[in-house]
Amino acid sequence: MFGLDKKDATLLVVVAILALFAPFILNPFPEGSAMAQFNAGYPDLMQRFVIFGIFAIGFNILFGLTGYLSFGHAAFLGVGSYAAIWMMKLLTMNVIPAIIVSVIVAGLISFLVGWISLRRSGIYFSILTLAFAMMMYQLAYSDLFGQLFGGVLTGGETGLQPKVNDPRILDAALAEGATPKAHLFGLEMGASYKLAVGSWEFTFNAGYYIAAVAMLAAFYMSIRIFRSPFGLMLRSVKSNQQRVSYTGLNPRPYTLAAFVISGMYAGLAGGLLVAMDTQVGAERMFWTASGEVVIMTILGGAGTLIGPVLGSGLLKYMENILSKINKGVLEGWFSFMPDGMSDFFIAITNLFVGKQWHITTGVIFMLVIIFVPGGLVELGKRIGNLLTRKKQPNNTDGSAKAEPAE
Amino acid sequence: MDAIILQILNGLDKGSAYALIALGLTLIFGTLGVVNFAHGALFMIGAFCAVTLNRILTLSHQVVDPTRTDFLGNPMKVDVPYVFDMFGEAAGQSIIDWSVPLAILFAIPVMVLVGVIMERGLIKFFYKRPHADQILVTFGLAIVLQEIIKYYYGANPIPTPAPEAFKGSFDFGAMLGFDPNTIIYPYWRLVYFCFAALIIGAVFVFLQFTTFGMVVRAGMADRETVGLLGIDIDKRFTIMFGLAAAVAGLAGVMYAPINAPNYHMGMDFLVLSFVVVVVGGMGSLPGAVAAGFLLGILESFASMREVIAFIPGINQVIIYLVAIIILLTRPRGLMGRKGVMED
Repeated sequence: MFGLDKKDATLLVVVAILALFAPFILNPFPEGSAMAQFNAGYPDLMQRFVIFGIFAIGFNILFGLTGYLSFGHAAFLGVGSYAAIWMMKLLTMNVIPAIIVSVIVAGLISFLVGWISLRRSGIYFSILTLAFAMMMYQLAYSDLFGQLFGGVLTGGETGLQPKVNDPRILDAALAEGATPKAHLFGLEMGASYKLAVGSWEFTFNAGYYIAAVAMLAAFYMSIRIFRSPFGLMLRSVKSNQQRVSYTGLNPRPYTLAAFVISGMYAGLAGGLLVAMDTQVGAERMFWTASGEVVIMTILGGAGTLIGPVLGSGLLKYMENILSKINKGVLEGWFSFMPDGMSDFFIAITNLFVGKQWHITTGVIFMLVIIFVPGGLVELGKRIGNLLTRKKQPNNTDGSAKAEPAE
Repeated sequence: MDAIILQILNGLDKGSAYALIALGLTLIFGTLGVVNFAHGALFMIGAFCAVTLNRILTLSHQVVDPTRTDFLGNPMKVDVPYVFDMFGEAAGQSIIDWSVPLAILFAIPVMVLVGVIMERGLIKFFYKRPHADQILVTFGLAIVLQEIIKYYYGANPIPTPAPEAFKGSFDFGAMLGFDPNTIIYPYWRLVYFCFAALIIGAVFVFLQFTTFGMVVRAGMADRETVGLLGIDIDKRFTIMFGLAAAVAGLAGVMYAPINAPNYHMGMDFLVLSFVVVVVGGMGSLPGAVAAGFLLGILESFASMREVIAFIPGINQVIIYLVAIIILLTRPRGLMGRKGVMED
C-alpha cells in the first residue's frame, strides 16, 4: 500500500485508526466520575498531541537518523508560526496558505542555519544550533526587525494576533467587533460536534481532524524517508561519518537535507499551532522548548518510527493531566489512610503533580536516558522479549540505538 | 575614554560570573570528559544558599515588648530573630546584614556535597556513554533541580541585599583623574569582581602548585597512564567535580545581591556560559576565563547607547554572533588544546 511493505502499512493503518477514533479512545471515563480528570479527549489537548507529534517526527528524522543533536528546533516552529500568522493577517483566514507558507519559510530559515551549523558536528553542532535559536528568540522577543524598519514583525512581548482591521486581501471585510477565526474553506477550526452516549460525551473537532490528517501525511513521509536509500545514507552518517567520507561520498548534502526536512516539519507544526489557536508569542522559541522536543523524541524512542508520536503524546498527556491534580484531589485519593500516613503520602506526591509536573517529566526523562536509552519502544521490546523468553534482543533496522555524530 | 572605562567596568561583573561558571564547566569537561548541562543549576543552587542562610538567620520568635503599644493600647509583640538572643542585638543585626558574605562559608560544604553526590550518583555512570547522552541526562537533572527550587522558594525573584557597607556606589572616575560623576561604580560589583579574581587565582594556584593539582593535571593529559602509576585518579576527579560545583555555587552566592535569585537564573546563565566555554576552547581553563571576561565586556560595549543607535538590539545577540563566528573560523576556540573534542 502506498509503496510500503506490509509491516509499515500495518503501522500506518494502526496510527490512522488511533487518530480517527482518538475522541473515543482518549475519553474512557464517563463525565462526572472521579476518573474524568484523566480524560484527554478534549479538542485542545488532542490537537496538541498530533501537532507536537509532527514536530517530534520531524526532529527524529534529524536526530534519530543522523545522530545530530539540535538544541534549536523550536526556533523553526516559531518561524513557522510567525509566517502563518502573517498570512492570516495579510492574505486570508483560510489555513491552507498559512500552513504552506509556514512550511516554506521554516524550510528556508533551516536551510540557512543548517548550512552554517552542519560545518561542525558533535557538541559544537548542538551549541551552534542553540546559539542560532537563542539569537532568533531574542530577535523575535524584542521585535528588532520591526523596530529597524519602523513597523511590527513579531510583535515583541505581546506577540501577534489577527485583528479585525487587518488587510486580508482575499477575504471579505469583517464586521466591526467580529473576531477573525481560522477556517478551512468555511469550516471553522473550533467547530465541534458533540456526541453523548449515556454518561459519556465525545467531542469531534474539525481542527483536530485537519491536524490529524497532516500528522498522518507527515508520518507517511517519515516512513518513506526511513525506508529510502536516502534514509540509509543518513544512518550511515550516524554510525560512521568518517567512513562515509572515505568511500568518496560527501555526507554534508545528506545531513543538510535531513536538517531542512526536519525544519520544515517544525514549520508545519508551528503553522498548525497557529491555525488551531490564532496567536503567537516568542516564548515558544525559547531553548527549553527545543529541549522539550528532544525529551519527547527520546522518551518515545529516537530512531524509531512510532517513538516520537508516542513520546509527544505521553509528554503532552502528563503535562495536561498532572498539572490538573492539586492537593485537594490528592487528599481525596489518600483519605482511606490513617491521618499521619496520608499527610506523608500527600506531601511526597504533591512534589510531582500540579505546578510541579516538570519534576515528573524530568525524572522520567532521566530514568529513560539512564536505563532504557531506546525509550518506550525499547522498553516495550524488552518486556515483549521477557514475556516470550527470547534470549537475543532482536534489533531490527527500525530501532537503531541513538548515538552521537562524532 | 571615560565612557570606555565605564563599559569595561560594567562588563566585569557579568564577565566574572561567566568566567566562574565557565571555569567550572571546563574543569569538569577537562577532567571527567563530561558535558554538564546541570552546571547552571549549580550556580542557581549557590544563589539560593545565600537566600537560605538569610532565612535561617532571620528566623525569629515573638516577644512582648513592654515599651511599645499597638493602637489598642496593648503591649506590642515584636519578632526577634534568634541570633539577637545568641549574640546580642547589635552583633545579631550585623550578622544578618552580612548574611551574603557569610553564605560563602555555608555554601562551600553544601556545594561540594551536592557536586560529589551528583558525580557519584549519576555522572559516574555516563563516562562511557556518548556526549549526547551526557547532555541529555544532565539537562533532565537541571530541569528537576530547577523545579524543586521553584517548589520550595516560589517563582518570584527573592531580593537578597548586600551588606550595608557595600551599598551605594563610588566615583571611580575621580580617583583616576576624570571629571567627577562620569564613572560611577557600585561597590558590590567591585567586590564581586575581586572575589571572582580571587577564586580564579586560587583554582589556578591549586592546580599549578600543589601535588594534588599536579596529579589532576597529569590525569587530564593522560588518564590511563596516571591510573597505571597506581594513583586513584577517579577519586581525585570526583573531588574536582565537587570543587567545580563549589566554584559555580560561590559565583551564585555572591551574584545574589546583583540579581535577585530566581529559579530559572541557572538556565539563563547556562547557555551563555556554554557559549563562553566553546569560544574559549573546550578543555582550556585560561581560555574559559579569558573568554568569560571578554564576552562580558563585549556585551556591555554592545549595550552602549551609541552602538544601539547604530545597530539596534545588537546587545542581545552579540554573544551568539561572536560564538558562531569563532566556532566557524577557529574550530578550537581561542585557546583550545589540540586533540580535545575535535571532529
